Parts: sequence; structure tokens; C-alpha cells
Amino acid sequence: MHRSLLAAVVIATSAVALHSRPAAAQDTTRGVRLTLEYRPGVRPGVVVLPARGAAGDSLRAMLERDLDNGNRVSVVALAANDAQALAPATGRGPNWALLTRLGAAGLIQPTLTPTGVHVAVYDIGRQRVLDTQDFPLPGAALGRDWRHAVHGVSDAIEEWLTGVRGIAQTRVAFVRGASLVLIDSDGAMETAVPVVSAPLSPAWHPSGASLAYNTFGISSRVMVHDFATGRARTASTTPGGVNQTPAFSPDGASLVYAYAGESGDAELYRVATAGGAARRITAGRGSLNLSPSFSPDGRRLVFTSSKAGPPQVYIMDADGTNSELLTSFVFGEQSYQSNPDWSPDGRLVAYQSQIAGRFQIKTIAIRDRSTRVLTSEGQNEDPSWAPDGRHLVFTSTRSGARQLWVLDVESGRMRQLTRIPGGRSPAWSRRTSGNMR
Amino acid sequence: MTRLARLAVLGITATAVLTLGACRRKPEPAPEPAAPVVNQDSINRVRDSIAAAEAAARAEQATRDSIANAQAMEAQAQQEMRATLGNVIYFDYDDATLNDQARAVLEAKIPILLANPSLMLRVAGHTDERGSDEYNLALGQRRAVAVKGYLSTRGVESNRVDAVSFGEEQPVAEGSSEAAWAQNRRAEFQITSPDAPLARPRS
Repeated sequence: MHRSLLAAVVIATSAVALHSRPAAAQDTTRGVRLTLEYRPGVRPGVVVLPARGAAGDSLRAMLERDLDNGNRVSVVALAANDAQALAPATGRGPNWALLTRLGAAGLIQPTLTPTGVHVAVYDIGRQRVLDTQDFPLPGAALGRDWRHAVHGVSDAIEEWLTGVRGIAQTRVAFVRGASLVLIDSDGAMETAVPVVSAPLSPAWHPSGASLAYNTFGISSRVMVHDFATGRARTASTTPGGVNQTPAFSPDGASLVYAYAGESGDAELYRVATAGGAARRITAGRGSLNLSPSFSPDGRRLVFTSSKAGPPQVYIMDADGTNSELLTSFVFGEQSYQSNPDWSPDGRLVAYQSQIAGRFQIKTIAIRDRSTRVLTSEGQNEDPSWAPDGRHLVFTSTRSGARQLWVLDVESGRMRQLTRIPGGRSPAWSRRTSGNMR
Repeated sequence: MTRLARLAVLGITATAVLTLGACRRKPEPAPEPAAPVVNQDSINRVRDSIAAAEAAARAEQATRDSIANAQAMEAQAQQEMRATLGNVIYFDYDDATLNDQARAVLEAKIPILLANPSLMLRVAGHTDERGSDEYNLALGQRRAVAVKGYLSTRGVESNRVDAVSFGEEQPVAEGSSEAAWAQNRRAEFQITSPDAPLARPRS
């Protein structure tokens, strides 16, 4: 795919002149681009044409839903006769005039093939094909692997249209009752992961090939479940007490977790993913230190600590030095701030904070420590960033029972991810295709 | 019928048979009416023997009653000691300090623990539902360790006490009221050594 074409559609769809910015710099400048490009009201309209074949309707519905969930483009709903009128006739292009009237900037034409799907993307402003690509769709139509591959198609389309890959091909791991559950980003395909005992605090390996979690009670351990073999091994080397809240380093080579043993203090320990002895990295004499989250470069950690009384979020170097308070106390309020998660772009830390007796989701900027309250309805806890650094999954009681919800931090748009109550401890995977099960 | 009572009955029967036999062997001539001969000694002997048998039976019953009594008292003492060891202690919000009431409950356990040096105990810390699940798991451990530390200062060796935490995962009271929370912020005790009679503390 051609970066220059990509730049062209960005100009055509958002009317923001960013063509001079090299596409390769996207990741580091994403924050700037987002606020310019994706203000509410300037999301480019996209039409997804119906696809023929037995699974055609499902395919189209999934693509539309994924693009909608991504919140970067606006999916234009079509009346049935419009769909007919829009389809590119043989030897002729799409109905540009009608598409323009519908407010569409991009047109997606999926065609099912014997082995997958052929996708053509049209730039309506320039009246030409932007790109075409064939994607294999493995397994039975609507099966878990097939759906996973379709989500990958959605993410590629989103990248063609906006320059940023989507997050449809991701999963959220969470705990419900004594089960460890995986759910696709669109809320479909709940799958249980076998566990050795009731789990808490799942954490993805960056490759998506394994998932860490901890058990509690009589034999509390940090376990790592490998999806390829279906087997779990004990990763914590500190016996007895509580071993909890694992987090993989961004390179996947080590695991940091909290251990509370004979002293009653909970301290962070680091152990190589391959095995070996765990090394203590905090010295929180008389306090509880847990729930670690790495910066994207792996050099720093945020974590929850009670070293100054009620739990607060702290930041330190990954070796345990230079520890300092990140979230500040709010005087006159009962202050309780915990469960930090560092955003994939490194700019923000999301956490839960007690406001007027209830937990809400907040973010704090690493650079200037400015905070933002993101929720207000019900209790909202345990945030985890999507790999785009723009969406958060967390638990919320806003609809009554506790469910997992997804928030688009840019637009404030919420969607309910789970339909069975009781979900908690969500952890959003990275974008992965091959390894993830 | 007890053995003694049976002997007493045999005694009466034997006396009666002897008396009748003596009558049959009496020869002719014609009987003269005679005043009935009452063998008062024999009757007295029988009466004494019955009384003795009854007294012995009573004594045996008393012994048996006293053994049963002692057994019941011991069973009750065992039950009370186990109940004392199992008594739950409670904590304040986000706190692992042992308050006066918690110390009093622990103090009652100590003589029993000291009298039974092979007894092993598991202390499980629990929290209420408020706060983060993850933090609460660590807080529960801190509570269990506080209990273990207190017992240790009172002479109960650390290797006899296993401190674990269930965080907020196993509430005993449902609901989101202060009453429910207060019941859930607790440490529970479980004997983990093989079931054996407990020695009573020397008073």
C-alpha cells in the first residue's frame, strides 16, 4: 500500500493539511494528529457496500461495526435502493454523485472469494480506487478464526482511510466469577481460558501468545498460560502469602508482580519470563506496593502504593529508584487512587479515583500532571488501554449490574462490551494477528 | 437385671425350696397344729442380700454416670476450645491494626495454642468490597500477618501459623451497608493440623 495515497485520502477526508508530515512519523506524533484530524464532526463518512454470498451480510455487518467502534470514521447507513444504485457497474466507476450527496469520503467494496475476501477502497473525493487487497479468511464462516481475520480486514481498511490501524483485531481478557474469559473487541466470541484456581488480574504478554494471571487464598501464585500448548506454569518464585498483579515488560522478557509475604508489606518483584529467581525492586517498608504498569519504552513503572496512607499512584524507574507520587491528594476528600495503566503512546496514565465516595476513571498526563475525569455515572473501575491509546475498557455499574464498557477518550463515546454481568479486571491485548488465540 | 440383683433373687428361691423340702420330710403321726415357725434370720439374710445388691448397683450406676459426665464435660471443653480458636476478629476500614476487641479475642486463643504445641493454624485475612480488588488482596494479607505477628509475640511460633488472604472475594455478609462491610473486614481461623483431642490449658 502506498503512503502517498494514504496522505491523499487524509486530505480529502478531513480537510486538514497534514500531507507534509512524513507518514513514518505517525506513531510519535499521533497525539497531535488525533486532535487535528478527529475532532467530532470531521470524521470521514464511509460507505460499506453489501457483499454477495452466504456470509456476505455478516461480513459487511462486522466491517461496519468495527469501523464504527474505531470512532475514526463515520459509517454511512444505506437504504436498500441506495445500495443498489451505488454498486460500481461493470466497466464504470461507483456512483460518485450519490456518494458525495450521502456525505461519504470513502467507499469499501468487499467481495467474498473462495478463500477469503477481496477489498477495494475508493477515494470519493478523487474519484478513483485507493487500493485493493485480498485477505484470506480461515476456518468456517462466522467461526472464531474467520471472525478474527475479518477484524484484521477492518483494521487494514481503517489504516487506508485514516493512516492509523484499527483495534478491531484485539481481545479483552477479564475475570467473571471464577473464570478467566476472552472476548473479541466487538463483544462477540466469549471464550474461557482454563485456570488452576479462581483467577484475578490477567495481563497479556505483548506477543499475545500467553496470558498471566494470579490466584489467591491458600496457594496464591502468578501463573502464565500459554495458548499454543494450553498449559500454565507458575511464574512467581516467592512462596506463601500473596503473589498478584502481574505485568509483562513491553519487550516481553520480564514480568513484574507484587508479593506480600511474612512482613505483610506488598513489594514489587521482577522475574525473567524465561524463569529464574525474582528480584525485589521496591523498598516500601510498611506499605503495600502493587498493580504495576510499564511505560511503553519499558524504562519506568507506575503502580499503586499506600506508602503515604491511602492508596495513591506512584511513578518510578523500572529498577525501583526515583519513586515519586504521581497523583496528588485532593484535600478535604477521602483520597483513594489506584489501578494505573500507562497508555501505549506514553502520554497518559489512566487510573481509578474516588470522587464523592465512588470510583471514577481519570487520566493524568505524564508531562504536566494535568488530570481529566472521564466518567461520572455509577462506579467505574480498573481501566485498561486499547493499543490505539484512544480507547479504554473498564468496569462500570452505569447500567445497573457491573459490566465492561469501552470509552473513546477523544469523543467521549461509550459502548457496552459485555452483556453478562459481573465482568472485572479487564486487560486489553495489543494488536496481534498470528499468535493470539 | 444386674449380676448382684440376680444373686439376690437366687438367694430367696433357695431359702423357699429348703423350707418346703423340710416340710415334706416330716413323718407321721397325725399332725398337731403348731404355731408357724418363722425363721427370722433367714428372712433377714435375704433382705440384707437384696439391699447389698441394690447398693452395689447404685454405686455402679453412679460410677457410670460420673464417667459419662466427665466425657460430656470433656467434649464440651473440646468444643469450647475449638470455638475459641475459631472466633473471628474484625478490623476497621483500610486498616490492619488489631483493636482492643480483636486483641481480647486473640488472647483467649493463646493458652490453648500454648497447651497444644503441635496444633497448626491458618489465618485468612478478608476485606469489605470497597476499594480495588487488587489492593484488597494485599490488605487481607496484611491483616493475616498482623494476627500472626501478635500470636508470635505471645509465644506461638511463626511456623505454626499460615497467613493467607482472600481479599474481598469471600464476603460473609452480602450487601453494601456499613453493617455488611463491618462483618466482612475480618480474619478467620482454621486448624490445619490432623484432627486430635486438644490438651486443656493448665489453669
